[in-house]
Order: sequence, then C-alpha cells, then structure tokens
Amino acid sequence: MSAAVDVVGSTRPGLAETISDWGRRNRWTLALVALLAGFLAFTKLIGPSYGPVQIQGLAIGALPIALAAVAQAIVVISGGIDLSVGSMMALTSVTSAVLMKDQSEGFAVVVVVGVLLLGLVIGAINGSIIVVTRVPDIVVTLAMSFVWAGATLFVLDTPGGGAADWFKGLISGSIVSDWIPRALIVLVLVCGVVWIPLRRSMLGLSLYAIGSNRLVAFRSGVDVGRTKIIAYALTGLFCALGGMAVTASTGAGSPVPGAYTLQSVAAIVLGGVSLAGGRGGIVGPIIAVFILQLVRTDLTFLEVNPNFSTVIQGAILIGVVLFGSVLAMRRVRA
Amino acid sequence: MTSPLLDVTGVAKHYGAVAALRAASIAVRPGEVHALMGANGAGKSTLVKVLAGAVRPDTGTILVRGKPFVAHSPGEARRGGIVSVYQEPSLVPDLDITSNLRLTRTPIDPFRSWLAELGIPRLDLSTVARTLPLATLRVIDLARALAIEPTVLMLDEMTAALPADLTERVLEVIGAHRGSDRCVVFISHRLIEIAAVCDRATVLREGETVGVVDVNEGSEERIVALMLGDIVKGMPARTSPDRAATAARVSSVPRIRASSLRSGTKLRDVSFDLYPGEVLGVVALEGQGQDELFDILSGSERPDGGELAVDGAAVAFGHPADAIRAGLVYVPADRAEALLMQRSVRENIALPFTAPLRSWGLIDTGVERRRVDAAIDTLQIDTRATSEVRRLSGGNQQKVTVARWVAGGVRTMLCFDPTRGIDIGTKRQIYELLRDLAGSGAAVLLYTSELKEIQLACDRAVVIFGGRVVAEIAVEDADEPTLLRAAYDLPPDAPMPEDVAANDLAGMADAAVADTATVIGT
Repeated sequence: MSAAVDVVGSTRPGLAETISDWGRRNRWTLALVALLAGFLAFTKLIGPSYGPVQIQGLAIGALPIALAAVAQAIVVISGGIDLSVGSMMALTSVTSAVLMKDQSEGFAVVVVVGVLLLGLVIGAINGSIIVVTRVPDIVVTLAMSFVWAGATLFVLDTPGGGAADWFKGLISGSIVSDWIPRALIVLVLVCGVVWIPLRRSMLGLSLYAIGSNRLVAFRSGVDVGRTKIIAYALTGLFCALGGMAVTASTGAGSPVPGAYTLQSVAAIVLGGVSLAGGRGGIVGPIIAVFILQLVRTDLTFLEVNPNFSTVIQGAILIGVVLFGSVLAMRRVRA
Repeated sequence: MTSPLLDVTGVAKHYGAVAALRAASIAVRPGEVHALMGANGAGKSTLVKVLAGAVRPDTGTILVRGKPFVAHSPGEARRGGIVSVYQEPSLVPDLDITSNLRLTRTPIDPFRSWLAELGIPRLDLSTVARTLPLATLRVIDLARALAIEPTVLMLDEMTAALPADLTERVLEVIGAHRGSDRCVVFISHRLIEIAAVCDRATVLREGETVGVVDVNEGSEERIVALMLGDIVKGMPARTSPDRAATAARVSSVPRIRASSLRSGTKLRDVSFDLYPGEVLGVVALEGQGQDELFDILSGSERPDGGELAVDGAAVAFGHPADAIRAGLVYVPADRAEALLMQRSVRENIALPFTAPLRSWGLIDTGVERRRVDAAIDTLQIDTRATSEVRRLSGGNQQKVTVARWVAGGVRTMLCFDPTRGIDIGTKRQIYELLRDLAGSGAAVLLYTSELKEIQLACDRAVVIFGGRVVAEIAVEDADEPTLLRAAYDLPPDAPMPEDVAANDLAGMADAAVADTATVIGT
C-alpha cells in the first residue's frame, strides 16, 4: 500500500497531500486568518454591541486601504516600491468626483471606465520613468507623489464633487445576509477578476521572476523593463479603484491624500510580502488590512488615548513580523 | 566537409575604451562538441553573452544553419535555437520548478526524461527553487536547456562547481550530442573534460580567435601555447630572492599557517605557510576556490573544516574585526567593497585605526593627520587628503585601500587581485609598495589574475586548482607558461598522465555531499 502511494505520489499527489501542501505554502495567510478571527472574537467580547452594522462599517473603511495594499503588493512583488499610492488615489478620487457631479447615472459608468484608464496611465508613467532613467524606484515614486498631489489640486482645490447614487450604493449595506457587507463582495470580486487570471498568466510569473532575481529573469527570456512598467500600471489601476472607493464611501472627492501609502506598506509587510521582492500574494495583505483596522476599533473600545493607539499599532506590526521570522528561522534549523 | 551549424565571424564588442572582443570567430559543425578556450579575460564570457542574446555586438556576423541570427534578448536567442547554461543556475529562486519551466516555455516530459538521464529520476516539480541544493539546480538548469532541443547549446563553466558524479553524467549526456544534428559549445577550465568530450577547440586571446585545434593526444600543449601567444615582457622580472632571507624564513614561525582549509564544493583542501618578510603569490583560474580562501582568511566566512594559525596560535575568526585584530587585513579587488566613496581620503585612511587613535571619545586629529600624511606620502597618492574618494581615479582609489592599512603598520596583508583594471604605472607602484612592506617584515598574500604579476611582486607562488594546492613554484621559475600550465594542473613539461587526472576527479565526490547539507542549512 505505502509503496503504491509512493509511486503515485511522485507524479500525481493525493487529495490529502494536496491540501497539506497547500496549507504549508499558505502558512502565513492561514495564520493571519486565525489572527483575524481572534481579533473579531476579542472585539465582540469587549464590545457586545458589535454587530452587522459595525461589520459593514469595517468593510467600507477597509476597502480603500485594502485596494491600496493590493496596489502596493503587486509592485513590491515585482521588486519595486511605490510611494505615490496615496497621491494617485487622491487624483483618481477627485477626478471621479468632479466628473460625476451633476451628471446622469449612466454617464457615471463612462467615468468609472475613464478613471480606471487614468490609473493605468499614471501608473505606467511612474514605471516608464523608472525604467528609462534608471533612477531608483523609491526616488521616482516619491517625486511623482508630489507631482500627482499637485495635479490633484489642479482638478479640485477644495473638497467637493459628487457621486452617482448607484455608485455609492455599490459599497454600502449588505447582501444576502446582514453579515455580508457589499464592500467586501466588491473587494473580493475586483481582486479576483484581476488577480486570479494574472497569477496564472505568463505576465504574473514574470512579475514574480523580476522581483525574485532580475538577472535570472532576463536570462530566462523575460522582458524586464516591460514587465516592470506593467507592474506599475497595475498598481495605478488598483489605486484608481481605491480612489473611487473613497469617492463612493464619502460621496465626494478630497484633494488631500490620505495616509494610504504608509498603510499599504504596513499591510503588505504584515501580509507576508517580502520587501525584497518575489514573495507573497494579495490575500495576506488584504487580511492584514482588516486586522489593522480591527486593532484600531478595539483600541477605541478600550478607550486608549488615540495618540497612544498608533504606538500600539506600530508595536504590533514589528511584533508580528518578528514572530514570523523567528518561526521561519526555527523551521530552517529544524 | 559539412557546412557549419554555427558560424561566427569577426565579432567585436567594446565597453567604452575597453575591447572585450576584437575579432572573435568560431565555426561549429553539426554533431560537434566544440571547446571554447582562453585565459582569464580572453573574451569567452563576452562571446557567450553575445550568442545568448544578452549583449549586442558592435560588429560581426552570426549564422545559424547558414541564416543570419540576430537576437536582442535571451528569449529571442532561445527561439532562434541558441541556449546557454551558466555556472550560476538561471532559475528564479522564489518560483517552483514548474513555474520556472513555464517561464522559459519548456516542455515538461522531455525535461523529466533529461533529468532522469542526468541522474535525478524523481523530483517534486512543485518545489521552490531556492530550497534545492545548488548542484541539483545546476542539473535542472541543464535538463531544461536540453529539453528545448536547441540547435546550439552553450555550457559556460557549468561543470566548474559540480560534484564529480554529476560531472560525469553531464559529460556523458554532452558526449551523446556527437553525431547528432545539433552542437555544443563547451567552456571549461579542466583540460581533462575538454579531452573527454570535445572534437575541436577554438582558442581566444585578448578578444581574438587565435586558432582552432583538433582535440587529440598532445593537443593540450598546442592549446596552452595558443592561449599564451608571444609573451611580451612589459616590466623587468624580479631577481631571485636573496638566500639569506630564504634561510631566515624557514627558521621563523609562519605568520599564517593554513592546514587543509575546506569550504563548500569550491575549496577542498588548501594548506600553505606565509612567512614574515615575503610576498606569497596565489595563482588560480577563475572559480578554483580562491574567493572562498580569502573570505576565510579575512574573517568574512567560517571554513567547513581545516585549521588556521596566526603567529603559531590557532584562530577561529567570527567577524572581519577578529581578523584585523589578529593583524590580517584585506584589500579586495572591488574598491567599492573597501572604501567609503563619499568620504574624504583622510577619513578613509584613518577609519580602521580610529579605535587606537581615540582619546576620551574624541578623535585626535593631530595624530590622525600625521599618520595620514605619512601614508599619502609613501604611496604618492596624487590628491589632497580632503577630497572625496569617489572623485579619484581607480588606481588612486586602490592606493587608498592599501594606504589605510599601511598607516597603521600592517603585519599581514591579504590582497585579492588588487591591480584589476589599473594602469601599468600605478600597478608598478603597488608592487613596489608590497615589496617594501615585505622588506619591513610584513607578510603579504597576493592573489592575482594576471600571471605576469607573480614574477614582479612575489617570492614564491602556490597554484590552486579544483580547490587544492597543486604546485608551489619559486619566483625564478614562475614565468607565465609555467604558471599557466600549473594553473591547468598540467605537469611542468610532459603531457598529463591519465591516472593523475583520474585521481583528481575521484577525490571530489565526498566533498559534494557536505555541500548539499550546507545549502539546505542556509
């Protein structure tokens, strides 16, 4: 019996083996799911009134940050980093708000498509500058964050604009059950539609390849420059989604960039994306965003001084990542 | 006579003013395993990169099956039928093997059968590349290239770091290409491998093809002769060392005694003594274990085995600071590794000695200035001490690297190819400095990729091949041909006896097992 399993196992693994294999490869993500469940239980414990409405609020609040985290994850996996995430979100947010104001519901569909294209273009501009000038990613995107922030003020210099009703309705409330917020469904659908085909495509492989080792990727036949530009363009696309999520949740556009850049970096680090590139996915960062949001809620419930709560958030970030590296080191030794 | 499958003529490639290739030509027939030979810097690697699509040549034509071949990227070259396998495996470390195969559009079934042929019958293709031992990755890389069935397969030093049993398998598989409709371009520093699988050899020297040799008995001699060419003596050789110094050396305690140092698959068994007052040369072809040896001596790496004694006392370095405290200082080939480019010459020279210079936490600038000025004077560094190091020429930068240690009264200096890419005048100054250091009682270990430097600067030389010391040569005998023959592990004046070579290969197998364990551990 065992011999037979062995022979089959070398070519076609059994179901149990596949599952345990999957679990091993997604260890970090599974741990994050457990951590999230723990935080949800803890939240319910300290605030018994925590219910469907709060869950919906959590999802709406997390949506733009989660999209920012996905944007950042894509570019970091490919070996770069984008410090203009917050500015690009502000630019796309105000653009959508200005164009939707006092327009028909139908025209809003055109606006959504247009803003998505805008995101792709500004992301591609970031990437092209990096590839052509060979100036480090961090420098270019920092500089471009000022450029996009300035452009944002050109479009709209004070909070304003508007949003179509169907657009706002897209992420508010719940679906099927009170416990399933629409915002969460939107997040899962949007990420699934873009990420799953990408992950399975040659392009997805190339993204991981250039992040893991550029020389090897080049020798393997990957067009490193083109792949990098596409990575930044996809980051721009997700920034546009994030920007429109801001518009949809507030019903207006604000020209002041939120703290999305740093929050996205925090989320991907907690979510298991290696800042050195080549490792990680987007599920971990999304869960990490929810964890970080819940921590904030819990600290409010516990009536911790808001100034001190950011200190705690920072400490949790270091603690969890440190814990993860210690576990990884143990495994290597064992 | 059949027309060549691969026909390269007049390929040149310049990097700025430096010519990596001047006029390289190579013609390979169908079913041929063809060796590409040349000393360090002859242009082999550049030619491989040109053919693999990684580098665009300035001029020259490449024909594959009689048709012009143009490749702007490795991917295009692969589609055109030319694939290269390098010493460092080209597998993306964070992807599993299946994804790596997809990335290069490699069919899986032929890959599996080649892998089995190469001695790895079962491999979990969902394994992430970085978790596999290096030797396995090299074989996977080769199997992947074979599975594409390229018209021209190029192997650039791929056997250099392979354990003996795998090397044998690889040679068998390559040998099987003889008589097929495809061909192999094979680069190796081991003449025994060339003799085993190759039909002909093209020899490059200073970027030019200088000859094509049929590989048969006695062809090693012709290959070596072609690689050397007419040796022009650029500088006068040193006269033989005086006998008194040699006698003194033997009676004194060695500054460094290395016994059977081992590290990974590259450094297998190296022993030597370095005495005060001498410059000991280390001669080796690329990748024979000299990098690992210098890493161990300078405290950057710990050896896997063997012993190291400094001034008669056993030492175990855990950090470069330990080596510096024991009086061993390191001058690397890459200046950027040793210097703070944005800081001044003064600070760079003073840095290693700030600890002894310090009094109550403040740097005593008076003492610092005197020492720095003395060092700059000795070295004739052509600059003011306050200018930033990165603004100096390469030669002056290297002088600063040496100067920083001279300022503190160095006891033992480890120089790894210190004159790489430096003009001849500065080279001479550095040799003189090394001689002066030895004259004042210091010990110097000098690895150099330029064989003629040995006679200019050293008292004697040890030759490392395949991670072992294979010869020790006194300076009066250390002319370039002798050193090159020794570096290829050929005996001084006779053709290589088969049994010696066989022993050399057999001894490598056990070290390979140890290497596998290390790779998993990291």
